[in-house]
Amino acid sequence: MPVQNRSLKARGEALASAAEQVRVLQSGGGFPRFEETMARASPDPLGAAGITVLQINVGKLCNQTCRHCHVDAGPNRTESMTRETAEQCMAALARSDIPTVDITGGAPELNSSFRYLVAESRRLGRRVMDRCNLSVLLLPAQADLAAFLAQHAVEIVASLPSIAPAQTDAQRGAGVFGKSIEALRLLNDLGYGREGSGLLLNLVTNPVGAFLPASQGSQEERFRQRLAADHGIAFNHLYTITNMPISRFLKFLLESGNYEGYMRRLVEAFNPAAARSVMCRTMLSVGWDGRLYDCDFNQMLELPLVPGVPGHVRDFDAAALQARRIVTGNHCYGCTAGAGSSCGGATT
Amino acid sequence: MDTYYHPKDLAHFADMGKGNPALWEKFLAYYGAVFAAGALTEREKSLIALAVAHAVQCPYCIDAYTQASLEKGSNIEEMTEAVHVACAIRGGASLVHGVQMRNVATKISM
Repeated sequence: MPVQNRSLKARGEALASAAEQVRVLQSGGGFPRFEETMARASPDPLGAAGITVLQINVGKLCNQTCRHCHVDAGPNRTESMTRETAEQCMAALARSDIPTVDITGGAPELNSSFRYLVAESRRLGRRVMDRCNLSVLLLPAQADLAAFLAQHAVEIVASLPSIAPAQTDAQRGAGVFGKSIEALRLLNDLGYGREGSGLLLNLVTNPVGAFLPASQGSQEERFRQRLAADHGIAFNHLYTITNMPISRFLKFLLESGNYEGYMRRLVEAFNPAAARSVMCRTMLSVGWDGRLYDCDFNQMLELPLVPGVPGHVRDFDAAALQARRIVTGNHCYGCTAGAGSSCGGATT
Repeated sequence: MDTYYHPKDLAHFADMGKGNPALWEKFLAYYGAVFAAGALTEREKSLIALAVAHAVQCPYCIDAYTQASLEKGSNIEEMTEAVHVACAIRGGASLVHGVQMRNVATKISM
């Protein structure tokens, strides 16, 4: 199958539309709707239990075009958070006690307000996570980025799907494995991932194909051993994340004839314990335009919060939001399969 | 039936329990215990299973343990090497019987 290095939107694909993705996901397929499966596992509807993470997606601009990207990000995308919206995010943070700010994209570092968000969140005493694609650290215009992240003790959550170069490149683009290794060395040199530095470097691995991730513990051990032996690289933790059947990964599933098999795999692996621990219960997701969502996946599917709660970050009200009912769909099977999946890896 | 092997049949493996549930349950319990992590990891056991699947040329097993190997964290290079191990043993098993051929030929030849 030819590798497409452009976003669905740039290709003019029907699946670039969130509504079309939702239509595909909700149109049967011979498996029970997620809500029915959840109802069998628990009589209570899925609800939020506080807000411990404010996840800010600053936009879809990225220097890479990964084949599994749930954001349909890429160099051609122009959706990007303005300074005004970034300030609204920080105002919301200031009047809450949310301990963690998780900044994502796209490549979030390419947003002109990224450094403001980092510095202001740190000034407010919050833990800050940067979801980093690694190669962005090597861009000439970002030559001081790694030092900036270290200076603010930002926790880096970096994507590295596989210790095999061919697998990583197959998912993230030709030459990305080599760039990722170079960037990881740069971070290690700054103290990231080194014991006693206080600078956390965590890695994320998504399966390179239509299958579930390996167990987090065993994968972490293999990554640690191989990255140290082959490249002299150290890191703190490895998170395994299931590929969500939306956007470009959904396109891959449909084009490769794997959609039904993958969905069946997710449904058969439904784990009630994972369902109780889904990340949306304790996070609030902010879109590039300030709209609020239960998670980054709902954001990409343009599934807003339930009616009756603030829908935009300028109207942020922790009391109204922290016990809201979660909006679900069949894509949610991605977070409840096997050992569970979240932005922080396995949940069980 | 237009073919002896059909991918959908793999999902009906449990139908084998209908003829003798007790034996099926014993097999499943044993099978589960064999593939649980022990002195070998689950990933290593899946790679062995993948190699054996090629040695016995079972398409169901190849399907199942290709997926299982990937889900246990193996990559295509490791899985290809596992298949070569099966290939080498199968090929070697043929070749080593050449010693018998040589023994017989030596015995009956002048």
